[in-house]
Amino acid sequence: MKQDVTQDTRDRPGASTARSDVVLPSLGFLGTLRWAWTQLTSMRTALFLLLLLAVAAVPGSLFPQRPANPAVVTQYIEDNPDTGPVLDWFQLFDVYSSVWFSAIYLLLFVSLIGCVIPRAIAHFRAVRSTPPRTPKRLSRLPVHGTFDVPADQAHRSGLTPAAAAEQAAAVLRKRGYRVDVRDADTDHPSVGAERGLAKELGNLVFHTSLIGVLVSVAVGGLFGYNGQKVVVEGDSFVNTLIGYDSFNPGSNFSDDRLEPYSLRLDSFDVRFDRDQESHYGQPLDFTAEVTTQDGPGAAEESQVLKVNAPITIGGTNVYLVGNGYAPVVTVRDGEGNIASQGPVVSVPSDGLYTSLIVIKAPDAKPDQLGFVGFFLPTAFVDEQGVSFSRDPDPFNPQLNLNSYYGDLGLDDGTPENVYVLDTENLTELNSRTSDDGGIVLGVGQSYDLPEGKGSVTFDGLKRYVALDIHHDPGEVGALVFSTLALLGLTASLFIGRRRLWVRTAEHPDGRLMVEYGLLARGEDHRLPAEGQAVEKLLMDRWLVPDSGTGENKVPEAASSAAGTGQSHHNSKDN
Amino acid sequence: MPQPVNAELGQVSELFMLLASIAYVAALIFFVLDLVRSSTTIGSLESRLAREKATPALAGIGARGGSTSTAAPTGPATADDSMDYGSGPRRGAARIAVALTVLAAVIHGAAVITRGVAANRVPWGNMYEFCTTGAFLVAAIFLVTLTRKDLRFVGSFVVGLVVVMLCAATVGFPTPVARLIPALQSYWLIVHVSIAVASSALFTITFAMSVLQLLQSSREAKLLAGKADSARFLRLVPSALSLENLAYRLNAIAFVGWTFTLMAGAIWAEQAWGRYWGWDTKEVWTFVIWTVYAGYLHARATRGWTGTRAAWLSIVGYLCIVFNFTIVNIYFSGLHSYSGV
Ligand code: HEM
Repeated sequence: MKQDVTQDTRDRPGASTARSDVVLPSLGFLGTLRWAWTQLTSMRTALFLLLLLAVAAVPGSLFPQRPANPAVVTQYIEDNPDTGPVLDWFQLFDVYSSVWFSAIYLLLFVSLIGCVIPRAIAHFRAVRSTPPRTPKRLSRLPVHGTFDVPADQAHRSGLTPAAAAEQAAAVLRKRGYRVDVRDADTDHPSVGAERGLAKELGNLVFHTSLIGVLVSVAVGGLFGYNGQKVVVEGDSFVNTLIGYDSFNPGSNFSDDRLEPYSLRLDSFDVRFDRDQESHYGQPLDFTAEVTTQDGPGAAEESQVLKVNAPITIGGTNVYLVGNGYAPVVTVRDGEGNIASQGPVVSVPSDGLYTSLIVIKAPDAKPDQLGFVGFFLPTAFVDEQGVSFSRDPDPFNPQLNLNSYYGDLGLDDGTPENVYVLDTENLTELNSRTSDDGGIVLGVGQSYDLPEGKGSVTFDGLKRYVALDIHHDPGEVGALVFSTLALLGLTASLFIGRRRLWVRTAEHPDGRLMVEYGLLARGEDHRLPAEGQAVEKLLMDRWLVPDSGTGENKVPEAASSAAGTGQSHHNSKDN
Repeated sequence: MPQPVNAELGQVSELFMLLASIAYVAALIFFVLDLVRSSTTIGSLESRLAREKATPALAGIGARGGSTSTAAPTGPATADDSMDYGSGPRRGAARIAVALTVLAAVIHGAAVITRGVAANRVPWGNMYEFCTTGAFLVAAIFLVTLTRKDLRFVGSFVVGLVVVMLCAATVGFPTPVARLIPALQSYWLIVHVSIAVASSALFTITFAMSVLQLLQSSREAKLLAGKADSARFLRLVPSALSLENLAYRLNAIAFVGWTFTLMAGAIWAEQAWGRYWGWDTKEVWTFVIWTVYAGYLHARATRGWTGTRAAWLSIVGYLCIVFNFTIVNIYFSGLHSYSGV
């Protein structure tokens, strides 16, 4: 709070801020800089930037984002030719790496650093200094009280004001206060005490850790990498650049960072819910059995990969993020030679694994061949004659294909999406709408293409898994710093920072008078309770019979507790 | 591999849920009755007093000062700023309302537990369960707070909200008990979602207090300006300042919970998807909420931003939570789109 006050008095006058605009020339360059710095590191600016950051984050949830869904963004711009490019110019498809979003959080963090450093210095001083001097009138403090020790009792135990101050200091020290006894040689010795410096420390740790989190994120972005790979049962993946289907290097990536481990998918088991009508066919379990090797020639190791349970290998984590069917298909060309053979990855489009499939046979002669269609694990035909899948398990696997011939356009070297067939330069051979219908194949069946262009055979079925492979060297830092932030935050919010003073004196009639007062930093609803607790501790210490002389009466429960404490202290102290 | 479920027990749970809803509705009726009755009592009492003394009553306004200087009650039947029990007249309707809420919460708790037992897992795996378990936590936290502070004045709001949540669950997202899909099979579901729901429940209560705080402070301003008291039921409500202070304390707890939610979510995301933060829709909104409440905490320490402005931030934060829980869960696609809608 005090921090805030000083901050505010620096930049406080909303009006004089405007006024200082006018005075600017006389401030000079350095003066202007200092003025700008004060503005930037003020509490109000921090608040404004925080709220601005919240607002700026929102568009990223309203528009598709390139890093997550590049294809969706491209589609969106195509579908909205008027607004799309404008939105793109404003970087609304790359919100979190946009100039404006970065500017906000960088400013916020500059402000944060400018705020934390002076406070850390001030806190360091506060820790090393003695508790603040005793106010003249303790009765002015928000919580205060007095009580006295009867003359005979004080006399018996030799309790002079100075001794009492020393003992009060000891009691307070035990309670976690930093203490300082002053004026011990006068009539009015007093104790200054303070506790809860950890509140400010927690606040500093919290804010500093936020910087640590940001740095860790940056480290991950610079030195990390991630990539995707689809692996069919029986196939392997090797952690080299060419091993990946797609790869996203961090800005400082070099490929010697890839450790050449390998991973083979031995089998992939899927379990669907069969007990419950309402959730029939909902997935229950995906388990991939894999064999890994840390490098060429290293020992093989069997491991289990599941959703929510990645494998850690070669500095990376390997995640199971998707799966589907890969029908094994053989395509023969017009000359009777095998033009393509093997599992073809199909892309599921719904929970029943109705999957899109594209087969390309660029080696077919005389014409290249292409197929587009569906794979249905449990094919079924509805009243309109449309095939669909009724179950995610392969009870009646079926391929429904249209065929094309012509130039697949794979030879000119432009990168090509394997899951899309561009039919623009192709000639349709047959399809569901043509006279002889499309190609419908069960496992083991073959189909001869019209015009003697060749044939296609559905040999069998395999499953595949889609893997995400990540290496993020900033991850540990992010975890450590965010944990520190959480601890600091908790300390900062829940520790009470309090100052307490006790002053003792001897009444002319021999009684020992004790006066105390407490002050909290900020709003502190537990301050009165602390006052009562300390009063009770001191009374216990000096055996004051509870006669209710104090301004702050000790509550019933506490006084009975004091009664039991009496004999205890009695035996201990005398 | 998840255990099979017990469908019959699931139906028992649904029956309990229905019974609990009925009890809540009854409690709601009594809470509203209490508001109406108390404000008429106060009204008549006051007009009598006004006739007798012919002085404007400024009751219900605590002194704007430190929390430790408790203002002496300055008028009839006003809420105590310390929000402790024992001041003011007996409120029969409110007592019945609290008793009914306790009854409802017990049945509700049984419903939540049987649901969990029936499903063989924690009962928060889809929208129906988020709503029903969340509503239970709102009621439970409210009742726990009631044992320490007299917050009966937010009773109609809190119980009303619980009723709305239960209706949304049964009408909007009815889902029979089922096992979890693989993406949700993780102990982080237990940690992450439970803390998220508990923090949201706390934010719900502070939201109600912030709304009351705004109403109360405009009423206080009016009274100070010597205008007539247009919202008598606010007599049951403590002063704006003490509302603000208590809301701040609860918000601080909830904020720590939300920070933890965000972190646990990031750890889970790292385990499930390979990255701890990816600006997925749900992540974006969790972040926005966190930032707004961080702004709220800052506002409380910034001169000129305490009081009304801070209350608005607390309200905006809560609206973001509601938006995140409803619109984002239902209409926005993202990696989190498995809430069973
Ligand atoms: C990344 C940006 C920031 C975030 C997320 C943030 C968050 C928070 C949170 C959650 C609190 C309350 C908990 C506590 O007391 O420790 C807080 C308190 C505080 N922050 Fe920040 N902060 C940020 C930046 C700043 C900046 C730039 C300043 C300096 C101008 C600042 C100054 C303070 C101060 C003085 C407090 C203590 C308020 C009090 O006494 O209650 N913060 N901050």
